[in-house]
Amino acid sequence: MSENKKWYRLSGDEGDVVISTRVRLARNLNGIPFPAGMTLEQKQTVIRTVASALREGGEGERFRLVEMGALPPREALSMVERHLVSPEFSRAGEGSALLLTGEEDVAVMVNEEDHLRLQVMRSGLDLDGAYREADRLDTLLDSRLHFAFDSRLGYLTQCPTNLGTGMRASIMLHLPALQERGAIQQLAVTVSKLGLTIRGMYGEGSKPQGAIYQLSNQVTLGISEQEAIDNLKGIAAQIIREERAGREQWRQNPRFEDMVWRSLGLLRTARLLTGDEFMTLISNLRLGIAVGVLPELSLDTAGGLIGDVQSATLMAAAGRDLEPAERDALRAQVVRERLA
Amino acid sequence: MMCQNCGKNPATTHVKRNINGKTAEWHLCADCAAKQGLGQGLVPMLGGLGFELGDFWGSLFAEPAAREQKNAERCPGCGSSFNEIAQSGKVGCARCYTAFYDRLLPSVQRIHGKTKHAGKVPAYIAEEEKRAAVQPPAEPERKEAAGAAAAEEPADTERTLTGLREELTACIERQEYEKCAAIRDRIRELEQSRGQQKDKEEEGNSRVGE
Repeated sequence: MSENKKWYRLSGDEGDVVISTRVRLARNLNGIPFPAGMTLEQKQTVIRTVASALREGGEGERFRLVEMGALPPREALSMVERHLVSPEFSRAGEGSALLLTGEEDVAVMVNEEDHLRLQVMRSGLDLDGAYREADRLDTLLDSRLHFAFDSRLGYLTQCPTNLGTGMRASIMLHLPALQERGAIQQLAVTVSKLGLTIRGMYGEGSKPQGAIYQLSNQVTLGISEQEAIDNLKGIAAQIIREERAGREQWRQNPRFEDMVWRSLGLLRTARLLTGDEFMTLISNLRLGIAVGVLPELSLDTAGGLIGDVQSATLMAAAGRDLEPAERDALRAQVVRERLA
Repeated sequence: MMCQNCGKNPATTHVKRNINGKTAEWHLCADCAAKQGLGQGLVPMLGGLGFELGDFWGSLFAEPAAREQKNAERCPGCGSSFNEIAQSGKVGCARCYTAFYDRLLPSVQRIHGKTKHAGKVPAYIAEEEKRAAVQPPAEPERKEAAGAAAAEEPADTERTLTGLREELTACIERQEYEKCAAIRDRIRELEQSRGQQKDKEEEGNSRVGE
């Protein structure tokens, strides 16, 4: 599959606001301690067991096994930047492994916080599609692995916050207008009352970059997968409406177009771009593209750049670690070439 | 004042607990409070411990000496004690949920607002349940749930316990906490009488205010 067809580079449904969708299921095996209390030997047993269950289920061809301990840190961090693994998992080292499809749209973290973290990712808004695939793979794996389950508490997980469905469904949103208006804080309070949470781009504890936020369900017990997804969809629809209305209003201000064009000017000409500056500018650019100010550019161009010029991904592509100044120069160069 | 848990954000939620006459107070930021389910207007209850704050809440349980003994109980699956789980915020293995079900339930209630699974059921469990419905099992609880010890128990004690646990779950959902405490005490009594739990100890009153 061509590098350009990866989910994190393309735009999908509601792409002006929704960047991508993810559904994650937390699962564990019976008879083995949860990861925090596992020996290396037990971890390796779990990796082998999960990999062979995928193979027996006819999915072996689709997945490759990545031993986290054997990965140079820049490669592991690049996976965080591409939203394939959690930041903690990138540091997990020996005894943790990732089962990853060539398209990078399914990533199974083995021995993260739970024995399995099965994740399915999609471009744009596609909660149903992502859940369908996650559910299919879960059923396929469960028929061989018999995941730990209790009829009262549902799927049993290392942290009780994931009990029940073990499902975290999330959508990555680009919310520059709501951020500009200072509405995110209020939004966070409101969604938390509805059993949802809104966080920065890389999930828990991360600071928002480029006005990119993750909206996900918080509650997993006492609610079915479908209810949680419908709930998330409903709230997302309202946020999308608000964001679009905010953009329309913002557009009336002459400063809006000026900001978009200046951002394009800087991105096209800068010789050094730090990660933070890039994210601020590309956010403005993406916004301009989304509202039609920059018809010659596409959301995919912005998405591809966001995916490609994060620090570790640049270094992974270069095949070596780079000094910050070197990195900023390379980032600026890649951006100039793409936007030329 | 900064959050006492993460130290990163300003504290906006103030928590006061009265445990066995001793008042303890914490100041948390919105994020840490939300992790405890304190930001969502859920009523925290019973003696409950919190997760993720680790030692922070866990230390509450070290106080009364009578509790020490109970805390020495270990999960037959992985050997974790309840104290270790409370302190790390991490459950040791799947069997811990059976071994410490009653004591974990208040936290589960606080985190999710509910205590009964409503989603997907794995096919192998659905099969088991179907078989159980056709032919009543010898033991009222799922075999791995009750463990080897329960197999030697008189069936009616076990049945009463199962009934009481279900009632406890229902009470928690209805937030009838006084009734919960009574049921929980009855469960303890029964467990004690069957020799599994030697220590019966009143939970301290717990109250959380914001």
